[in-house]
Amino acid sequence: MKRRNFIGMAGMGAAGALLHGLPAIGRTIAEAEALVIRADTAAKKRMADIALQAARSKGATYADVRIGRYLSQSVITRDKRVQGVSNTESYGIGIRVVANGCWGFAASEKMDTDSIAQTAALAVAIAKGNAKLVTEPVQLAPQKGFGEVSWQTPIEKNAFAIPVKEKVDLLLAANETALTGGANFVNAALFMINEQKYFASTDGSYIDQDVHRIWPTFTVTKVDKSSGKFQTRDSLSAPMGMGYEYLTALPEHKLTGGPTTLYKGRYDILEDIKAATAQVAEKITAKSVEPGKYDLVLDPTHLGLTIHESTGHPTELDRVLGYEANYAGTSFLTLDKWKTRQFNYGSKLVNIQADKLQPGSLGAVGYDDEGVKSGQWDIIKEGILVNYQTIRDQAHILGLPASQGCCYADSWDSIQFQRMPNVSLLPNKQTRPVADIIKSVKKGIYILGRGSYSIDQQRYNFQFGGQLFYEIKDGQITGMLNDVAYQSNTQEFWNSMTDIADKSDYRLFGTFNDGKGQPSQSSAVSHGSSTAKFEGVNVINTARKIG
Amino acid sequence: MAILNKDEAQAILKKVLSFSKADETEVSLNGQQSGNIRYARNAVSTAGEVSNLNLSVSSSFGKRTGNATINEFDDASLAKVVARAEELARLAPENPEYMPLLGPSDFAESIGFIPSTAAMTPDTRADMVAQSLKVAKDSKLEAAGFLQNSAGFRSMMNSKGLFAYGKNTDVSFSVTVRNQEGTGSGYVDHSFNDVGKLDTLALTKTAATKATSSAGAKAIEPGRYTVILEPLAASDMLGGIIRGFEQRTADEGRSFMSKKGGGTRLGEQLFDEKVNIYSDPLHPELPGSTWNNDGMPVEKTIWVENGVVKNLACSRFWAQKKGIKPLAGPGGGRFGGGGMIMTGGTASVEDLIKNTEKGILVTRFWYIRMVDQQTLVQTGLTRDGTFYIENGQIKFPVKNFRFNESPIIMLNNVEELGKPVRSGSSILPPMKIRDFTFTSLSDAI
Repeated sequence: MKRRNFIGMAGMGAAGALLHGLPAIGRTIAEAEALVIRADTAAKKRMADIALQAARSKGATYADVRIGRYLSQSVITRDKRVQGVSNTESYGIGIRVVANGCWGFAASEKMDTDSIAQTAALAVAIAKGNAKLVTEPVQLAPQKGFGEVSWQTPIEKNAFAIPVKEKVDLLLAANETALTGGANFVNAALFMINEQKYFASTDGSYIDQDVHRIWPTFTVTKVDKSSGKFQTRDSLSAPMGMGYEYLTALPEHKLTGGPTTLYKGRYDILEDIKAATAQVAEKITAKSVEPGKYDLVLDPTHLGLTIHESTGHPTELDRVLGYEANYAGTSFLTLDKWKTRQFNYGSKLVNIQADKLQPGSLGAVGYDDEGVKSGQWDIIKEGILVNYQTIRDQAHILGLPASQGCCYADSWDSIQFQRMPNVSLLPNKQTRPVADIIKSVKKGIYILGRGSYSIDQQRYNFQFGGQLFYEIKDGQITGMLNDVAYQSNTQEFWNSMTDIADKSDYRLFGTFNDGKGQPSQSSAVSHGSSTAKFEGVNVINTARKIG
Repeated sequence: MAILNKDEAQAILKKVLSFSKADETEVSLNGQQSGNIRYARNAVSTAGEVSNLNLSVSSSFGKRTGNATINEFDDASLAKVVARAEELARLAPENPEYMPLLGPSDFAESIGFIPSTAAMTPDTRADMVAQSLKVAKDSKLEAAGFLQNSAGFRSMMNSKGLFAYGKNTDVSFSVTVRNQEGTGSGYVDHSFNDVGKLDTLALTKTAATKATSSAGAKAIEPGRYTVILEPLAASDMLGGIIRGFEQRTADEGRSFMSKKGGGTRLGEQLFDEKVNIYSDPLHPELPGSTWNNDGMPVEKTIWVENGVVKNLACSRFWAQKKGIKPLAGPGGGRFGGGGMIMTGGTASVEDLIKNTEKGILVTRFWYIRMVDQQTLVQTGLTRDGTFYIENGQIKFPVKNFRFNESPIIMLNNVEELGKPVRSGSSILPPMKIRDFTFTSLSDAI
């Protein structure tokens, strides 16, 4: 009862806004159904071959097929009650072709032989029908076939196999910790995703992948009726490409010694919510910041979003080329800047690497959604712009012999296009503890957590808030601040980076829902970094009176 | 066929309910057909069509509720989805906020369905986009845009005899036109129920004019300025404020409607007396659903009158707890429309400019995010045409600004309101606002 087809041509839209929450996908299923295998590899290969053969017979010069089963589970609580438990599944086939030099795409949730062949024929018909609108035929970077291969997120515990009751109990225990600690309200939630993706192409690849993601999160609210003020503190967790083991933190996963415990590779929701409950009360009475220039010490729980917005998005090649002009805009990192091989993006300490390999990251896959093997490459090297992020039909623009593997679709019935890989700031190669960075600051602010964020349509001017702000005076943290946001310009900001901690502090920040394209698609991506120092950044006071 | 008529929907819903063994059962049946076309660099890049028909069952035993959905409609599938919802309900924890289902109600007939919009095809969309592309190419400019139309229906029936049905159409068009040098950019974005009101050629000409006239922008100092916000910019800033007129968050002390010391600010003068805001699902330019997902009627409601907050939306659970009447908020479901309507005067944007000694004309805002939930201070940037006004005339384009401003403060600083027009899911006037706070400059075009 559902039909969806797209016509696609070279160069798709580019990145935009971050979306909140978890997109509702597919039909509701019982908890146990998530663990049922819908089709074995041999059956999927048969279906894929039917599609590829049908596409070829209709005149496609290239075709790829994605048979996708997308599972999502969310458990949402408020205070002492469960607000909702949702299990959904979406299953179907998407077929993309090149015919007469033009992209065509069609998708169907009907998986019988005739329907698959009809869907492939429709994709070819769409491509041919729109070929007259193409000014430049699709030019695909060569890609060897891998034969039959598979990849799975290296998880220890499949989150979908953990009973919902266990998840509910954990979240309600977290809420209880907050409420008994003095919070007025608390919301805690757990989101889980499993993408079971089978890809096949006329290049000779048959790729079976099983991708897992998890995101525990909460918001604690404290209200002070006498002053009429309220404050919130969100979880310092990162969504991760992991299984349920992410929620089992051992001492080696905890970074202590600062104003709050931080988590590396695993997360302790009960400990974090206890700290959040104390901190949200402290925020109510915290000193309002004096606007001016400060040195900022930015924790990875915060810095990841700045990397995402000011580095990840402007280096998306399709965005640079203008395919997202009507949605998220374009990019200041134009091709002429890259061609000089001298464009100064940041200080010599700024080394930004793209990858789809980091264990535990949201972007980690074996192969992208057009059959390109995952890899890593430099985007900014010692402060200089050296590369972008590309897919097969754009690689030639950069003179690359192959795609960088940045193609992704958020569903079997969405057309795949260029999406951000993990984009990370490399840590200091020398030993550099965070404590020493803080000691080096005369007048500064230490910022943790993801707050408000906004950046212009070419990624110059931005403003970021956070969850926790601590004043630094003469190398010492002296107390909490409030009403803090910093404004800067991308190039100026990254050139003000004068220090970064070593790999012992390196952690992943993640976002579950990065929006791009029209109609919008969502993707998940991680950003690694260590704590870094930025000198002389403009801080504003965000407080206003509303009478 | 995703758009079922009232009788067809009713027949399926009755059949589903006949399989129910739960204490209370609610069934929703919704369908939508939508199509889109996207273009960039003066060429079409993607196009698509989607058709959906989904049935959702909510079964309750006491205060335990389970939900299940399906998109297959044979008898066996319908029986299966009911059984699954009941199975999940038995396993679910009790919901202390569960409210018994409502009985029958006499909902007003919705007016949002226009057959010509529902009848749009890929060719219709391609022709409309061709008009837009022609403007850009003839002017040696570059266009990127998106056109989307949809037709849908919603229906609901429950075991207490409530039945509701409504259908709706919508078409939206946006285009960004830039000059070849990348130094000027213009934008338009309009939505209608009736495709007959959409003129992609005229709208693209407007965007093209902005692109040309915004080239060569000068930097002026950020600070507090009188601004003239075109309706699109006004809706960017104010479109969400209506969601704040909500009883529970106000009572809980975490809303701009919360009163110091406890209670709410209902009945207080929160805004300039020129501010009047209401919602009306039967407004011809912004029709919406006449019932919400809880089975409550959605009716014309005055939220702000002469600056005074008159009503707060309230769920049935919270109303029972507080001993007050429940009140449905605007919108009523997944259809667009039925949103915020703000009254104004008769002045055009040009008239507002003529009456301005010094100010800034803002075409639209971009990347708006909440900075402070308590004061609703937001940050964002101007985009696609920002101009300096002096002595009643546009003098020159200016570089884009970042702002930090609260819509509540804005609505206290109203100088003049023009003639309201639909913008997205709101109807708003162009507005002249004093002391609007710009905090920094952006080089973005």
